[in-house]
This record gives sequence, structure tokens and C-alpha cells, in this order.
Amino acid sequence: MERTTLDLWVGIFIAAGIAAILVLALKVGNFSFNGSNTYEVYAYFDNIGGLKPRAPIKSAGVVVGRVAKIAFDPKQYKAKVTLKIDKQYQFSKDTTASILTSGLLGEQYIGLDMGADEEMLKAGDTITLTQSAIVLEKLIGQFIFNKAGSGNHK
Amino acid sequence: MPSENFLEIRDLNFSYDKRPVLRGINMAIPKGQVVAIMGGSGCGKTTLLRLIGGQIRPSQGYVKFDGKIIHELTRSGLYETRRKMGMLFQFGALFTDLSVYDNVAFQMREHTDLSESVIRDLVLMKLDAVGLRGARDFMPNELSGGMARRVALARTIALDPMLIMYDEPFTGLDPISLGVIGNLIRRLSDALGATSIVVTHDVQESLQIVDYVYFVSEGVIVAHGTPDEIRASEKPFVHQFIHGEIDGPVPFHYPAQGYAEDLQLGPFDA
Amino acid sequence: MLDRTIILLRSLGHTTINAVWRLGYAGKFFFLTLKSSGTSLRRPHLVVREVYFTGVRSLIIIIVSGLFVGMVLGLQGYETLQRYGASSSLGVMVALALVRELGPVVSALLFASRAGSAITAEIGLMKATEQLSAMEMMAVDPVARVVAPRFWSGVASLPLLTAIFNAMGIYGGYLIGVVLIGLDEGSFWSQMQAGVDFRDDIMNGVIKSFVFGIAVTLIAVFEGYDSPPTAEGVSGATTRTVVISSLVILILDFILTSFMFRGA
Repeated sequence: MERTTLDLWVGIFIAAGIAAILVLALKVGNFSFNGSNTYEVYAYFDNIGGLKPRAPIKSAGVVVGRVAKIAFDPKQYKAKVTLKIDKQYQFSKDTTASILTSGLLGEQYIGLDMGADEEMLKAGDTITLTQSAIVLEKLIGQFIFNKAGSGNHK
Repeated sequence: MPSENFLEIRDLNFSYDKRPVLRGINMAIPKGQVVAIMGGSGCGKTTLLRLIGGQIRPSQGYVKFDGKIIHELTRSGLYETRRKMGMLFQFGALFTDLSVYDNVAFQMREHTDLSESVIRDLVLMKLDAVGLRGARDFMPNELSGGMARRVALARTIALDPMLIMYDEPFTGLDPISLGVIGNLIRRLSDALGATSIVVTHDVQESLQIVDYVYFVSEGVIVAHGTPDEIRASEKPFVHQFIHGEIDGPVPFHYPAQGYAEDLQLGPFDA
Repeated sequence: MLDRTIILLRSLGHTTINAVWRLGYAGKFFFLTLKSSGTSLRRPHLVVREVYFTGVRSLIIIIVSGLFVGMVLGLQGYETLQRYGASSSLGVMVALALVRELGPVVSALLFASRAGSAITAEIGLMKATEQLSAMEMMAVDPVARVVAPRFWSGVASLPLLTAIFNAMGIYGGYLIGVVLIGLDEGSFWSQMQAGVDFRDDIMNGVIKSFVFGIAVTLIAVFEGYDSPPTAEGVSGATTRTVVISSLVILILDFILTSFMFRGA
């Protein structure tokens, strides 16, 4: 085989391979040059339920960031969650962070609800208004307890 | 150093898996000679060439080439020495993925910084020496056995080696190609001033072209001398070998127990 | 009885020692290849030539298989997901299955049988016809000239082939899910983007295919270089390349997966 034809085919092959990687990165994956264009804020929760690192952070259903880290804070006996939020989205200081579940048994994520404060969250700030995960077992336990209680009143 | 032998083999032993292949080989080959090493199949001739080329290490003794003991060389020293050697393999061993031209040019491209135009001149010169300048664009699988052998020969002499080794150069060739190759071996050796070692069992062809002959049988040298001495030799092995007799010192039968015993032809006992 | 036990134990010991020795030999060969890679990196056209034989020649089988694997995933995935009313997650299911597991593994298996066996057969034949010996006698190191370029071409080709396989597979899933079944195109892609992470999923898949590329090509060049120089020797080595590569791919995949996708 001629050297030039061979070179051409190898060139086509490598270009196709790189194109495939780019397609996978941009169209299939959520590739973003994270690091410089996100900012970190913290939130404390009584109970995070099944929340995991890299879980999405959504506002009005749109993904605006991801959970970076989850740690236990031994002073407050609470879970300290580090949130990485895209710089293009700004939230007020009195934003509420709640741990929600997509669907009945789906993945857990953090939902942000905008407050009314004029001042915006900056990197390193802490979200004070939080709502913990709803733990299904507790809910069922409460329900059974209430039923039993109403039964006695009859 | 004209007095010193160009290639010297002293008390060379080699064993493969504790089975001795070569035992106490001594040879002295002066510069410019064409020497044949003859012997039956599987007597260790090819092993001897591999020892000279440094592809295997002797169990005892040494091979001294151009003043250097081969198995004591470092890897780079060995590679340096091998550039002065050329070896023609039994079936040519041409690189099947390269054309005739590229095969001959291979060593020039690997070992020298010559420009492509110089390489082209050299390659055509070497190919012309073996009469195959017109076949430069063929691939090895398009060549006949004799032509492949000649291309391999051109490749072997590409860098004008001082020592050329031929491993069974006549095997599987028709009489014409055989004569051509034999003639080339002699002519190229003389033209290059190189020393040649021809390992072969083709008696008639090689006796015509060589200066000296060694006979090897079962790992030892059993006879040596000039072609005329060999032809006149009375030694039974040499006689058997040269005249191609079926039985002699090399028996027709592989050692076995008695024939009658083997067929269980005992006295009847009913 | 005792005799038979001893014979059995002896053969077990022999097999084990042989296997360990061969593994050590392969390891030594690996380092030798790496050490001798200088030549092939200084003369890139040696590698480019081999990329043609290992990479470009494998393109057709990779493209066709990728497409069909993706289409099957689309059909089967839809069957299962629609029972739970989750058919809009078809995209993410197809994509995750491909980039995490099927892409690297199936590409590597195909690569082993298409390119790996060819490398073994080629090197084995070069050995059987004394081409490697001839090269050595010409003071050219066959590991540097023959083995190293093939090794690097394999290591470079497989990740690219895997990426192409993945892209084709996702396109196959799209053909079935969106074009044939008629799922919503927007949710197909957006769910995929939300569910597939670049670093955790795609990059881990790429790392896998790199590891497989190293393993398969190393096995292929080693088996070829180590094959007995006869016709049976070469054919046996070719078969061994495919069998050993396939087993090693599956075992490595398990090991890598257990490290990469633990918890989280």
C-alpha cells in the first residue's frame, strides 16, 4: 500500500476517534470545565437521607450544580453538605435548600427555592434555611402512630 | 594482523537441555577464504552459525571474530560486531511486508544516515550484482525460490560485511538456480574480500567453490581439508557422505533391538 | 492410590510453576518492550503503519457491532423500562450501559479477535520464517523494530475504537428509541445528558479501554514472539491470544469496575 494512502486512512481513523470522544463528551455527557466557573456554598441538614456526592442541585427543576462533599459536623451533630453551583446562577441569602426525591423511589437531590433577600450568596457562605430529607420509615411510623391514636378516641 | 586467523573457534561446546549438540569444535579461518561446513541433517551446523553470530552462548570454549570473543561482548558491542557480519538464512528470511527494494535498503536505513538517493544507488548496485535489478518492485511472495535467495543474498551484502555466513544456501533449488547461487557466493566473496562460511550438505556444488571443508558429524569435526584432499579421502564417513552411500558409519537403521526379537519370532512354545 | 495422588500433585505443581514462570517472562517482556520503545517513538511512521493494520482495519467490525449492540439495547431497554413507565429514561440507560461496560468490553473482545490474533500470527510467522533472527543478525533489535510499534499502535487504537463503538451504539439506541418507537427526542437526549457524567462515566470508560488496550496488545505480541516457530505453533499461539485476552478483559473489567463504581 502506498505510504500516502496509508497515512490518509490513519488520519481519518484518528479524526473519527477524536470526533467520537467529543460527541460523547458534549452530547452524551454533561461535560463542563468545572473548577473556575462554579462557586461553593455550605448547608447543614439534620438528616440527609440517601443523598450522595455528585447528586444534582436543582432549582425549579433545572440542574444548577452538584453536591461536592458530604461530611458530619461533630459540633452541631449535623451533616455539612458542600454545594457546587454554576457561577451563572445567583441565589439570595435566604434561599431554602431542601433534600427532595425524584419520584417516589428515585434519586435524591437538593432543591433550591429562591428567597426575597436583596443580597446574593457568595462563595463560602452558608445556607441557613434547610429542610431535611423525608425518611420513609419515619413517615410510615408517624402514620401508624396517628392511626392508632385516632382509633383510641373513637 | 595477517598472521592471526580472522575467525577462530576454540574448544567450542554447546548443549541444549543437557543434550550435547557440539563438542570440542576447533576451527581457524583466515581472511578471504570460502569455507564449507558439511554434515548430515541435524548435526549442529546451524547451531554453529548461531554461535558465531552470538545468538546463543556456548557452554564452553569461545568464538573469536576480528580479535573479539563473541560471547564476552556487551549487547551494544555485539550489535556493533554483527554489522560486520552477514547471514543468508535457509529460505532467505526476506521481510514479507517489504518490497525487494526495501528489503535490500533495510540495513542502510537502520544503520546509516545516507540520503535516499545514495541508498537508491547502493540498492540498485547490490541488486545488479545478483542480477535482479529489474525485480526491485516485487514483493517477496511474488518471487521464485531461487530469486528470493538471490534477493536475500543482495540484502546480506548490503553493508559490505567482512564475514558472510550461508545457512544451507542450496536447499530446495533447481539445478540452474543452484549453480547461480554457488557462482554468486564465490564471486561476491572475492569481490568484497570477505570471508565466507557455507553450511551445507550439498557436496558436489560446494566442493567446486570453496577453499576448505570441515566435516561435522554428531557434534564433532570428523575430517577437514581442501576439496582435493576431501575427494581423495579414505575416511569412511567422508567417503560415505561424498558418494551418498546408504549404509556406512552413518547407519541406515536407527538403533533398535534385534529385528527377529522385535517381531516376536521366538521359538514356538506350544 | 498414593501414587496417583502424587502424580496429580506433581502435575498441579508443574502447571503452577509453568504459569508463574510464563507470567514473569511476560512481565519481563513488557518492560523490555517499554525500554525499546524509543526507536518507534523516534520514527512515528513505524507506529502509523501499524495503526493502519490494527485500527483502521478494525473500523468496519467496530462500527457495525456498535450500531447493532446499541439497537438491541434500545429494544430490550424499552421493553423493560416501559413496564415502569420510565421509557423516557431509555437514552440514559443505553448511554450508561455503553460507556461504562459494553463499549470498552465488547470493543476489546472484538479487537482481540480481529487485531490481536493478526498481530500474533504476523509476529509468529516472522519468527517461523526466521525474519526475526535475520533482523537480529543485521544488528536490528526485533523488539524495538517489530514488537514495540505494534504494541503502541494497539494501545493507541483501542480507546479510539471504543469511542467510535460507543458513539455508534448510542446512535443505534437513538434509531430504535426515537426514530422507530417514537420516544420524545428532547427527553431522550436531555435525560442522557443529566444522567451521564463526563468524569465518572465517560472518562472511566476511556481508562478501561486504555487498560484493555495494553493488556490485549501485550498478550498478542508476547504470544507471537514466544510462539514455537512452526505452523502448529503459530496457529496455537493465535488461538491462545484470543482465549487469554478474552479472559483477561473480563477479569480486568470486574476489578476496574469494583474500584471505579463503588458506592457513590
